[in-house]
Formats: sequence, structure tokens, C-alpha cells
Amino acid sequence: MLKIIPERIRQGFRTGKYPKQDPVMPERFRGLPVLDTGRCRNGCQDCLASCPYGALDLAGGTLGLDLGLCVFCGDCVSACPQDAISFSRDWRLASRTRDGMVVGDREHLLVQALDAKMRKLFGRSLKLRQVSAGGCNACEADLNVLGTLTYDLGRFGIQFVASPRHADGILVTGPVTANMKSALLDTYAAVPGPKLVIASGACAIGGGPFRGGVEVNDGVGDLLPVDLYIPGCPPHPYTVLDGLLRILGRLPDSRREPRTDGGGR
Amino acid sequence: MSGDVGAGVFIRNGDCLSLSLLQPVGWEDFAGVLLDEVKAGGRVAAYFAAPAAGTALDLFAVIVQDQTGNLRLLRSEIDGILVSLTPQCPQLHLFEREIAEQYGVKVEGHPWFKPVRFHRAWRRDSDAWDRDPGAALVPGDMEFYRIEGDEVHEVAVGPVHAGIIEPGHFRFQCYGERVIHLEISLGYQHRGVEARLVGSAGRGAATRRRLETVAGDTTIGHATAYGLVCESLAGVTVPPRAAALRAVALELERLANHVGDIGGLATDVGFLPTASFCGRIRGDYLNLTAELCGNRFGRGLVCPGGVAMAVDAELVDRLGRKLAAVERDTRGAVDLFFGAPSVLARTEGIGVVSSGTARELGLVGVAARACGLPVDSRRHQRTGDGFFGPPETAMMEDGDVQARGRVRKREIQVSFAWVAQALGGLPDGTALRDLPSAAPSSLAVALVEGWRGEIVHVAVTDANGDFSRYKIVDPSFHNWSGLAMALRGEQISDFPLINKSFNLSYCGFDL
Repeated sequence: MLKIIPERIRQGFRTGKYPKQDPVMPERFRGLPVLDTGRCRNGCQDCLASCPYGALDLAGGTLGLDLGLCVFCGDCVSACPQDAISFSRDWRLASRTRDGMVVGDREHLLVQALDAKMRKLFGRSLKLRQVSAGGCNACEADLNVLGTLTYDLGRFGIQFVASPRHADGILVTGPVTANMKSALLDTYAAVPGPKLVIASGACAIGGGPFRGGVEVNDGVGDLLPVDLYIPGCPPHPYTVLDGLLRILGRLPDSRREPRTDGGGR
Repeated sequence: MSGDVGAGVFIRNGDCLSLSLLQPVGWEDFAGVLLDEVKAGGRVAAYFAAPAAGTALDLFAVIVQDQTGNLRLLRSEIDGILVSLTPQCPQLHLFEREIAEQYGVKVEGHPWFKPVRFHRAWRRDSDAWDRDPGAALVPGDMEFYRIEGDEVHEVAVGPVHAGIIEPGHFRFQCYGERVIHLEISLGYQHRGVEARLVGSAGRGAATRRRLETVAGDTTIGHATAYGLVCESLAGVTVPPRAAALRAVALELERLANHVGDIGGLATDVGFLPTASFCGRIRGDYLNLTAELCGNRFGRGLVCPGGVAMAVDAELVDRLGRKLAAVERDTRGAVDLFFGAPSVLARTEGIGVVSSGTARELGLVGVAARACGLPVDSRRHQRTGDGFFGPPETAMMEDGDVQARGRVRKREIQVSFAWVAQALGGLPDGTALRDLPSAAPSSLAVALVEGWRGEIVHVAVTDANGDFSRYKIVDPSFHNWSGLAMALRGEQISDFPLINKSFNLSYCGFDL
């Protein structure tokens, strides 16, 4: 005990100042992509060829990048001869809809809060059951991190619980392997309604690096009604936290300010 | 390469060998040499099949001699049936079941012959268990070891567990609180990693990303093993700066996970100061990796040919400063834990694996070193001449939770000192080189000591230089059996603690 107290004092108070202050992301962090489609040369598809996940698309005539398929490797940045693609340090990537994850000419919208009735139910207390369905333990590890005192998820009334019976929703990671499909559906069924489904990480959204494999389902999308998508491979803890807090209406409904420097803070 | 001595060929870690120099030998010779090697202290790092002509299978074994640093390669050919060597050599038990599952061959004389991951055989027309080809496979659908008795009960846990953790199924046979036997059934995480590496698809850009997620908490370890295999097949070694940066990243991965594990042990014995300190400090180490490459798990850093990100003097300087700040916090948190009498009482003599059992099961990494087995590929299987890595193998004798914790504690100290020193003296020059095309009809082996233990990647190429077989052995493949043995005779309530002291990978096992 006598050794614990001085060490406790020495280690100090380390809970982050988020959300009062924006987090400082690592300098090399690859967050929200910025596409300067005006720079695209006619007929150039170099970036499309560099992406094995099909995250980049020219279908609408202009370049679009699907955050749900992107693993944020940055290979397209070096493949583009026109320097039209860059990754900012903006960590706010989550989306309520699948379409909302396509960035390009359109502005990527921050997550909209649930309607008033659902906010009343979950806004001050949200219990989630996490299901890993083929996740590689990177998504899982950075979800566990939310429980540490740096992020201290509990202070927002959000908690990961041990049983689906105690939960208000499930948070799925992994591409949904054939061998986890029925356990995932059983877990969802065991959660009393109304309930939320959150797909966290590139795998859960669209299969990630495992997209198209015979042993996986390319994510949770066609199995369950998804309320929140959180992109990343894995998503940064602040990306997850931003998505969770915004869907509960716990962050001010601010527009994303334009970032001319191509970087976040 | 030291040439032929009896059956098989001796190579060193990171070597590439033309398949013409590794001719198949008869089964008697193959089995005899394998069993002799293991009897003499060798370990089976990999034992796998690959398709040969017609219905035949090429059978490969990679045996590690820790004393000499040699790897002995053996090759044979089988058709239709594999004779089990498990009764004489228990560490083969899962390898044989895996071969049966992947290629649909029966294993004659296997004492516990069941699927491993519950997927269809890669040869669709055959099934080692004659299951209905039309029916869906259900993971865990098999006979479990059961103990009968009026007061014996069974506890089944999983696949979905109580925490944020990967899925797996555990069956305990209990007499009251005491666990008589634990059987672990996995496969829920099977993503088909190995099958997708075969042929021209294995060259695709997505391959590298997929190998980074074989076990996501061991991104650097598996990416480095993949890089070594590709470089070996291309006949090159990476520039010294790349080798040093990879080693630094590997040790940062070890530091993050070991610190996290000690925090996990603290959580499971209810020692809250260290639990809360280490949870945060683990993140500080992940953030150091993010400084290097933008991703907390090291995604995109290691690539075939070297290291993909430029690391300049300013970044090295910043890393060094941040590392020094984390070191004091780490030391304080870890010393507090191991100095507390209540922690000693909860961890000493709990979850014991004897060194004999560890040797028989072929345990690797922290779990093996905690039983007094000097298994560490950083020291015993060095790659190339310019070795980078910590100079000491941390060892304990007792094989209990305390010993596995203390091995981590010592490795944190050793790794930390080494990283600090390595950052001060990184070799100059480029850290990335182009790779010539891969050697056709060859075999390459890479061993990397990840934070859990020895990661083994073996690649066999076809006439075009594409992979015709790519075998991955995560340390968890061996060590889950160690966890099952550690539970024998323990209280079932100590399972979380003993499990955490191993902290094994589900997806690394399931592939």
C-alpha cells in the first residue's frame, strides 16, 4: 500500500481532454481522404488499379472513395500521378449510412444523431455486446482501449457488457466468417429490442482485406440492419468514440470545417 | 546451407532452396529421421502437405535444432493415407489433423482424430471424416473428451465470450470446482488465409494486407516473416537500415503486448493500480508505432524489400524521447505488480506446465521460456549476418502464471534497453529495395520471434515462381494445447487468469 500511493501520484491523471479538446493524432495518421477530383486527367485510372479492394470508383464520372472498403493503406496516394489524393488527419470517419461513406466531390457528413425517441432510450446509457466474427484482434484491441482511463468510455454512459441480454445493441468486428455467422445471428436475436447494430472496421463493413473470400460474408451488411458504420483498419479509438458519441447526440452538431492544410490537428 | 547429411537437407533461417535439392524420401526414412530429431531435442516448426502429381501429396517437415540454429527439411510423398506419428511425437497432433482437414486424407492411428477449423477440404471430393458433402459444417461439431461420474459436470463456454475478445469454444470437465480436463475447439475465426495465397492471386497487392492481419496484434511479426520469405525467394537481403527498423518495430510490438498482458494479469487478480496503468501504457507503445507508420498496429510499415516508410533523424529523435517517457511509467507499473505479496499468492503455482510437457507439445515463445526451455528464434535462428535484436533470452523455470508474467517483465526490460540503443545507432542508407522475381520450384523458410513466440512461414513456389503452397504456423498453433494442460487440476475460477498468462491468438490459429 505504501508503495502504491506514491506510484499512483507519480503516474498522474491521464484521462484525455476529449471531447472538450480535439485529440492530437499522430503526424502520419491516415484519416479522412481528400480527393481533388479537378486534378484527374481524362481516362486516368492509375489509382483504381492500385486499390485491390475496389474502394476507388469512377462510376459517376468523377472519382469517389468508399471509406467502407478502404483499409487506409495509402497506396493510391503514391499511385496518383497528379497528387489528387491525400489523407488528412481528420479522425471523424463514421457514418449512419452505407452511401454516406463515399467521399469525393461530396462533403463527408459527420454522424447524425438518432431520433428523439431512441436518444431518450440510449442517449445517457448505452450498453453494447461486442461480437468478433473473424476480427484479427486489432479492432478488438482498440475497442478494449476505450475502457482504459485514457478514453474512459464509462464517463459517457457507454459500456461493453458480458451478455446480449444486458445489451442495447451489438458492435460487430470481422468479415463474418462462415463459422461465426450463426453465433452472430443468435447473439443479435438475444438482444432485446429496440436495438442498434454497429459495424466497426473495414472487415465488418465490407470484408476488408478478406473481401471476396469463400470463407467470409464480406461484412455484416446483408445480415443485419446496420445503424452505424465505423471505417478503419482498425478504426482509431477516437474514430470509434466520435461515432458513438455523435449517434447518441452527445457532441455538438457541428459542420466539418474545411481543412485547407490537408491535415487535422 | 550445409548440404546433405542423411535424409533431408539442412538450411538456415531465411534460406531458399531449389526443390530439386530436396527430393522426397521413403516414408520409413522420413518418419525415422523426424522422430530421431525430436528425440534429440529438435522441434517440429512446420509439418504440412502440398498437392503433388495426381492424388498424391508432397509432405514437408521443418525441424528446428535450437542448439545449432539449423533447420532440417524433410520431404516425402503419400497417397491416400497418412500414418500418424502422434503417439510417438505428441507435438504433431494438430499438424496431422490439419493435413487431414485440408486435403481430405485419413490419418491412420491418430489418437484424437478430429477437424481443426471446420472447413471443407481444398480437394472438394474428399473428406477425412466422410461428412455429407451437401450439409453445412458446424464448428465444434465433434465428440468432446468426457469424464463420466455422478459428481462430474461439464462447463461449456463460447464461442461468444463475456469480454471484447475473439471467439472460441471451451469444454471443461469438472469435479466440483476442480478442472479435470479442458478441451479447446476453435475454427470460428477461419478466414481461408492460406488457400488464398496459392497461385497468381498470391501476388496481389491485397496479399500483404491480409498477412498483416493473420493475427492483427502481431502485424509486424507476420509481415516480417512474409517479407523474409519473399526476399529469400528473390535471392536478396534487405538493407541493414531496413533490418534494424523491422527489429525495432518488432520489439515495440512486443513491448506493447507484454505491458498489456501484465495489465491483464493484474485485472484478473484484482490488482487495480497496475491494471489501470498498464492499459494506458500499452496504448503509449502503440502510439510509438503510429509515429513510425501512422497506424497503431504497424499496418503498412513492413513490406517485402524492406520498410515502406521513410524514417528520418527527426522522427528517430522524437521516438527516442517518447520512449524514455514511457519507460519510467512502465517500470513503476510493472514493479508494483510483481512486488505485491497478494499478487504472488494469486500467481505462484497456478497453471503449471512442466518442462517435459512443454517439450513434448512443442511449446514456443513466452510459454516455453517460462518452463525453462531456451526457445527464441531471435537468438537461435538469426537471419543473415547483420543480426538485429535484443541479446538476451529471458527464462524462468516454474512454468506457472508467475513465471509467464516474469518472462514478460524481463523481456520488457531487455527489449526496452535494446530499442533505446538501436534508435541511437540505426545504420544509414536506404531502407527499401526492389525485389527480383521469385525463384521457381523452390522452398523458403522464415522464422520470426513474435511477441507470443515463433512465427513460421514456409513458401513453396511453382514453375512460374507463384506460391503453390504457403504454410503459416502462428505460435498459438502449438500453445493452445499448453493452455489446456495448464488447467488440469486447477480451479475453474482461475481459467481467466491462466488464459491471460498465455494470451493466445484465435485468428492466428484459425487462419
